[in-house]
Formats: sequence, C-alpha cells, structure tokens
Amino acid sequence: MKSAVVLLPGLNRDRDMIAALTKISGTPPVTVWQTDTEIPDVDLIAIPGGFSFGDYLRCGAIAARMPVMRAVAEQAARGVTVIGVCNGFQILVEAGLLPGALMRNTSLKFVCRQVKLQVANANTMFTRRYQPGQIIRTPVAHHDGNYFADADTLARLEGEGQVVFRYAEGTNPNGSINDIAGIINEKGNVLGLMPHPENLIEAAHGGNDGRALFESALGIAA
Amino acid sequence: MIKARITVTLKNGVLDPQGKAIEHALSGLGFGGVGAVRQGKVFDVELAEGDRAKAEADLKAMCDKLLANTVIENYSVTLI
Repeated sequence: MKSAVVLLPGLNRDRDMIAALTKISGTPPVTVWQTDTEIPDVDLIAIPGGFSFGDYLRCGAIAARMPVMRAVAEQAARGVTVIGVCNGFQILVEAGLLPGALMRNTSLKFVCRQVKLQVANANTMFTRRYQPGQIIRTPVAHHDGNYFADADTLARLEGEGQVVFRYAEGTNPNGSINDIAGIINEKGNVLGLMPHPENLIEAAHGGNDGRALFESALGIAA
Repeated sequence: MIKARITVTLKNGVLDPQGKAIEHALSGLGFGGVGAVRQGKVFDVELAEGDRAKAEADLKAMCDKLLANTVIENYSVTLI
C-alpha cells in the first residue's frame, strides 16, 4: 500500500508518522513538500502533527493555504484517503476539508498525556478494525484541540455518524464540544483527530491501540 | 497609499477561555465591576491601491480567505 506524508515547516511529528506508515504498510511513504502542486498516486495521504508556521495567526491557518493543500484537496475530492493528526487536523479544518474549528484548550494549558478514546463509529474506513464503542488509549499533545462547531453543523455531524472518536471516561483534555476527538467528512474519506495514534503502534510504545486505525485506512488485514 | 485597520473578534456564543482568564486577572487587580472580556486581533494593513472602494473589497477578501476564520470569528474593516 502506498502512502504520502505532507511536510511543512514547523511540523515535528513527521518522522513518527513516516516510521508508523513504514512499519504498518511495509513501504516507506513518499514525502511531499509545502510547495509541491501534485501528489503522486497513493492510497493514503497523512498530514502529521507539530506547529506548522509557528502556529502564527491561527493553528494550521497558513499551512492550509500552501500549494500542497490544494493538491490534498484535489486528491480528497477524487476519493483518496486523508488523515490529519493534531496540527494535521487543525490544517484540515482551516483548509475547509473538515467542518468546525479547533480552539485554545479551555484550561489554557498545553496538554501532554494519555487519554482514552471511544470508537464512536466503527463503520468507517478508518475504524473498521475496531469494535463499536471500543475504548482505546492514545497520547495527546496539544494547546489548541478544543473542537467547536455551530449547532447545525454539530447536529449534522452527530446525525450522520461523522463523529468517529470521542474522549472517554472523563479524559476530555481540552473542553472539546460533545467530547469530540476526531471527525470525518461527509464522504467518509477524510479523518482529522487530535490524538496521536501513530505513537502507539507497537509493544515498544507501550501498546498498539493506534495500529488498527492505520490498518483500517490502508486496508491491511489483521 | 491606503491604510486600514482590521479587527477580528470571536462570534457570540463561542467560548473564549483567554478572555475569561483576562477577566479574572482584572478582578484580581482590584478592578471591580468588570463584565465579560473577549479577546480579539487587530491587523494594520498598508495597501498600494488608491481606490478606496477597491481597497475595501480587497481587504474583505483577505479577511474571508485568511485573516479571519469565519466559522468562529467576525471581522470589521476600517479605512484610516
């Protein structure tokens, strides 16, 4: 399975994402730079976490307007699978590929810890290897993960099963509305989530709860 | 040359934890009777454009495309 990782100045989780995709798919991903206007034919495009453009203006705002993101939008429209993690999620909402916005954590503090996630919809291309309602562990590390959407958008997300992951068992680290940790677009091929599944994919990480997400997205059998 | 000031503020109903923290800090400094505080952003922009109507239209486009996230923020443009 072929994958691509988007690189932007200020991202710092790109090596983790490349390592995870290499281990899980068996093939190192190609990398695409911010000024690239085309993305090679791949099955999965990942936008890693970090602090693109220093979080200037708003997290992900400048990155979302770079040429490579037009290419990501074109591929997403063609049906290619896209995952944005942490800053990658912020970039996807700023680019308009996912609805809503990610705001400053209500605690005003950067949170770096492990949280529990409930698989709120196991019937997506990102979660089919999980059980419905399954609780998994993942690390989070962010300052602006407080998901917000207006009432109409929120009702639509909830009604259409677009809320894919929710913070579980009182571990919401950022004040996110309805405990939302990850959402998909209407078409179901673009996922954004604040937690870092790429950091929990093998025993050496202390667990592999995040692995099934990539296996699902890459269509890899268990 | 035209100078403009753009003000970006959070929409009503959008939680502003930074504004809340500032509100509490003001109370802590002894400023009684401070109601809600909402934090926003100000951009001072210089344009080579001479036509004020064109400048205003351009500035609004800049807000829609980059300076404001209209999911959560309102903006206003003032030519100085």
